[in-house]
Amino acid sequence: MKELFYKDSTWAVLLLLPNLLGFLIFTLFPVIGTFLIGFTDWNMADRLNWIGLENYKTLTADETFHKVFWNTLYYSAVSVPLGMAVSLFLAVFLNRKLRFIRFYRAAFFMPVISSFVAVAVIWQWIYNPDYGLLNYFLGWFGIKGVSWLTSSVWAMPAIIITTVWKNLGYNMLIFLAGLQGIPESYYEAADIDGAKWHTKFRHITIPLLSPTTFFVTVTSIIGSFQVFDAVYLMTQGGPARATSVLVHYIYQTAFQYLDMGYASAMAYVLFVMVLIITLIQFARQRKVSLY
Amino acid sequence: MRQPIGYRIAAHVVLIAGSAVMLFPFIWTVATSLKDIGEVFTFPPRLLGKELLWENYVKVWERYPFHYFFMNTVKITALVVIGQLLTSSMAGYVFARLRFRGRDTIFLLYLATIIIPVQVTVIPNFFQMKVYGLLDTHWSLILPGLVSAFGTFLMRQFFLTIPPALEEAAKIDGCNPFGIYWRIFVPLSKPAMATLGIFICNGVWNDFYNPLIFLNSTNKMTLTLGLATMQGLYSTDWPVLMAATTISIIPVIALFLLAQDLFVRGVTLSGLKGE
Repeated sequence: MKELFYKDSTWAVLLLLPNLLGFLIFTLFPVIGTFLIGFTDWNMADRLNWIGLENYKTLTADETFHKVFWNTLYYSAVSVPLGMAVSLFLAVFLNRKLRFIRFYRAAFFMPVISSFVAVAVIWQWIYNPDYGLLNYFLGWFGIKGVSWLTSSVWAMPAIIITTVWKNLGYNMLIFLAGLQGIPESYYEAADIDGAKWHTKFRHITIPLLSPTTFFVTVTSIIGSFQVFDAVYLMTQGGPARATSVLVHYIYQTAFQYLDMGYASAMAYVLFVMVLIITLIQFARQRKVSLY
Repeated sequence: MRQPIGYRIAAHVVLIAGSAVMLFPFIWTVATSLKDIGEVFTFPPRLLGKELLWENYVKVWERYPFHYFFMNTVKITALVVIGQLLTSSMAGYVFARLRFRGRDTIFLLYLATIIIPVQVTVIPNFFQMKVYGLLDTHWSLILPGLVSAFGTFLMRQFFLTIPPALEEAAKIDGCNPFGIYWRIFVPLSKPAMATLGIFICNGVWNDFYNPLIFLNSTNKMTLTLGLATMQGLYSTDWPVLMAATTISIIPVIALFLLAQDLFVRGVTLSGLKGE
């Protein structure tokens, strides 16, 4: 008995058990569950039939699915490069021994720590075609504003602007950490050779920052596949599904249309998309052997 | 190395302009919360109304079940933070130090689930909660929040950096593995736990997706869901709504200002989003 009290395996079981139980019940089994539900027509009530690949076949013909899939890619393709460019730009400026650096860092991080609900209302007002600040501001330059959130062309760019604004502080901090890891001596050597700032940026900063850039790219893409709060709170996916993205359609299918089978199949499409991006990261990590 | 003066001025100009864009929506939120309802939609837009109506902040508590939203959020956040820190540090210690068969396989399984989007687990979890009769209760948010693969991973990584020499002495003195966890690892991991705790806290406080799915009754709602619902119901009274929004982000900002360095370290160390 006393021996048991000192054995590693006894305590391993006791200390791991609560965590493992939660992990199995709320993560691992549900992941498997969703995979299986994807082959049924379950409505979480009276209907449950095994229909094989039917849901996945429906996906290929479902025009709404095509629409939300392309909207997701559109959102990613614009918001990821834009968000990264802006955050890198700001990080380069922050990476100096300037005064008030804590204030700047806090200002850029404020939207990151706030909930989307807290900022959604004010952004809806900024985009308001009649009273909104954006159109008023554009008016100064003689540009006639548009009806941002109700226009099928401009609603998605409006969502992108808001989410880029909200998230850029996060990537900025990661870039900043990457920049601070570049030895000062490289720049000093370049200074002695009389290099201009853009030469230094291109030949020192960009190559040495590439592991960070790659990491930020991967996490930003994965995050962009899952944009929900902005869409749900600002446009409800409208107008006419112009801003409806994959996770928004999954939410509607599951919790409004109660088509759990179809929603599960779509959730696995999302899963595969995330997995592909992650595997690309693994492949690259192995090649570069950073870790 | 000091930068040339011209460069420093340029940097400040860019950063001040940037900060203004970042802070502006917050400033406008607070300014609107002090306006009269008639002053909200004026054109051209004006930052401040004729006078500052502080009573809007009183109206928030009178008119909406706002104290429920606030206390529900505090309760859920506190329980999830405490629970997750406990389970993460215990399991992190096991994965970092205790040897048993199958340990590394289980850990790999944890790692593999970190990237899984919530949409992939939410349907079976919704069904479970329905079966247990926990839908529309706070347990449906707390129970799944008590364990996270990410937190476990983070604690394990931290524990791996603790030199084994520290526990050798304790072992010789007859300390069992739990004693080593509780008396050596927990005290040493205070900074790591603070960082993780702040991340969990921020994530749970701001979570909108899970409350949207699991909660229904107004009195059970969290701040995010409650505010979003109020936006739909009382869309006319913008100043009071903005006062409510301001109250909801004050704790978050206070926490951030108190622990800015922990936030920053959390982002740069983990480099992974906790949501």
